[in-house]
Amino acid sequence: MASDTSKRSSYFLITPMAAIFAVFLVIPLLTIVIVSFWDYDEYRILPDFILENYSYLLGSSVTWSIYLNTLKYAALTWVFTLLIGFTVAYFLAFHVRSLTWQIVLFMLCTIPFWTSNIIRMISWIPFLGRNGLLNSALINMGIVDQPLEFLLFSDFAVVLADVHLYTLFMVVPIFNSMMRIDRSLIEAARDAGASGFETLKSVIVPLSKPGIAIGSIFVITVVMGDFITVRLMSGGQSASVGLQISNEIGLLQYPAAAASAVVLLITVLLIVTGLLRLVDIRKEL
Amino acid sequence: MTIDIKKSAKNLLTDTGVSRRSFVKGAAITTGAAIGSGAITGFPTIWAQNIKNVTLRQFGTGVSNINAVADKVKEDLGFTLQMTALDSDAVAQRAVTQPNSFDIADIEYWICKKVFPAGTMQPMDTTKLKNYDAISKLFITGKLTPDSEIAQGTAPHKVGFVEGPDSVDFASAPTQWMTLIPTIYNADTLGIRPDLIERPIDSWADLLDPAFKGKASILNIPSIGIMDAAMVCEAMGEVTYGDKGNMTQEEIDKTIAVMIDAKNAGQFRAFWKSFDESVNLMASGEVVIQSMWSPAVAAVRSKGIACKYQPLKEGYRAWGGGIGLAKHLSGLELEAAYEYIDWYLSGWVGAYLNRQGYYSAAPETAKKFMSEDEWGFWMEGKAAEGDILSPDGKVMEKAGAVRDGGSYEERMGSVACWNSVMDENKHMIRKWNEFVAA
Repeated sequence: MASDTSKRSSYFLITPMAAIFAVFLVIPLLTIVIVSFWDYDEYRILPDFILENYSYLLGSSVTWSIYLNTLKYAALTWVFTLLIGFTVAYFLAFHVRSLTWQIVLFMLCTIPFWTSNIIRMISWIPFLGRNGLLNSALINMGIVDQPLEFLLFSDFAVVLADVHLYTLFMVVPIFNSMMRIDRSLIEAARDAGASGFETLKSVIVPLSKPGIAIGSIFVITVVMGDFITVRLMSGGQSASVGLQISNEIGLLQYPAAAASAVVLLITVLLIVTGLLRLVDIRKEL
Repeated sequence: MTIDIKKSAKNLLTDTGVSRRSFVKGAAITTGAAIGSGAITGFPTIWAQNIKNVTLRQFGTGVSNINAVADKVKEDLGFTLQMTALDSDAVAQRAVTQPNSFDIADIEYWICKKVFPAGTMQPMDTTKLKNYDAISKLFITGKLTPDSEIAQGTAPHKVGFVEGPDSVDFASAPTQWMTLIPTIYNADTLGIRPDLIERPIDSWADLLDPAFKGKASILNIPSIGIMDAAMVCEAMGEVTYGDKGNMTQEEIDKTIAVMIDAKNAGQFRAFWKSFDESVNLMASGEVVIQSMWSPAVAAVRSKGIACKYQPLKEGYRAWGGGIGLAKHLSGLELEAAYEYIDWYLSGWVGAYLNRQGYYSAAPETAKKFMSEDEWGFWMEGKAAEGDILSPDGKVMEKAGAVRDGGSYEERMGSVACWNSVMDENKHMIRKWNEFVAA
């Protein structure tokens, strides 16, 4: 009897959350899945059940090259944000001794976020351009005699902007993990004769894994779905899955966009599942 | 006019039961207003007092949704014009799917080709338009001058008329029933940086000249980009087209193959999608030759940077839009809509558009609202005697400047192709995406 009541009250307590999820997540997702089977012409979407959206999407070499490109951006961004993010977090957690300074430096990392994402990205364009600041400086110093063309409207520019924009997403969870590491473990490692590198490898990295996993999920999902960075920094010359979806929406091809979105969602979920298999992030929560 | 006044008089008497005295007073005011407005504007067709309560809802692309026009309508005609600006895809969709959400549709001719057959619009009776004869022949017969050639693509005259008042079939020759009254149109070509290009440019093929490797750009709006690409491929002799405005799958595939080769060889610096992107690419020197729109060239020049809207021997790619009536319009609202459309052709708007570097559908009426120097610069290709000002008073060109491409006849007379929507649209967009992803 008593357990029955508590069961009922549990159901009651989760109802608001469940309702919010249903209205703002499940129903829109189901709509996307349903529309992805519809037909369309220039101006209308036509309720139907066709597989053409998927068969074209999966059968087209364009899709494969776009996915390859998107994965390339995601992988490169992940590697660089991880290296930089880990280093910054390590420095903050283990080299800065006073809590005040840790907070001050951590705040410093967030200052760029006071301006809009897009503005931070666009500011790279005049900096990296053919007649931009960097090229002018290099030429004036006599390091190069021709402007470096690869700096802007290239894969380099896309990855650079991504790394710049998303490194903090890596810093925060790794820093958080590192702060939870019991300092006596590091002392113990040192007492046991481990070098600094060995301590890093056998103590700090394994214990930071949940933070690394969370940071990786942030960075990879954001880059996989990104379209504006790719469009602006590649000068519209590279495609990503997000850009493809945005183009399809612009042309009113909602069913095709929905099918692309479903495939992207599945891809990202697979990647996230893979990451969660490697690391148990529940430890963190 | 009489009918409407009688109707309103009857309403006044029966609905509100006013005295004969106040009715007479009301009628006198109405008549006075009619005479007054007529004297100011020269359009005394339906001056019932209640026209002031009419609101016409117009929607269209941003280019022709000019607030100054709505203000002038209020001033000259007395009724209210509400304008909504949308992008061209949304305009097309709304015209088909929400026929009661608008009274006046401001759409491009290629959109008209798709939208008019859906039956949500009604054709205009040309006998009700006093200024019909002033409309440029380009929109009636497709020939600006008797010996010009009819351009490919969705040339406005091809979708300009239908067979009858209830018909949705486009007529092959001019009839009494017009689908759209042309509003804004222009001829597009390549923009170049004459200070960074040493040799003369005279062909669309120059866009893919390896000399400009890494310094060229093309616009990434598939339906327009494919046209520019086709102009280039045809000029290079790589592809021959039956109709560039309605390509076959094979023609599309060949065109895209040429473009992909050029892209992989590093010809393009970037693709642009919005007006300001094209301005920035050109002004920063990232790009020295690209597809461009006329106001973008003016914007680059206004920064003090040399930029030329280069005429090319193969001709221009033209585009144009017009206003048409919603199917549901009737009675006083329909009369007001006719009044508005006739007014649109009567010159004030035409002069406004000409000063922006576009063209008016009825050039002769616009002439009356322009100074001789303005007319000479914009329409006749003559050197400006004084500074040329934009409609809002900014200096657009200094004295002595000559319009790129020359006179109206030279520019609109050498249109090679009009913007259009192809039967193979879906295929074209997929191939275009391949080009972008290549």
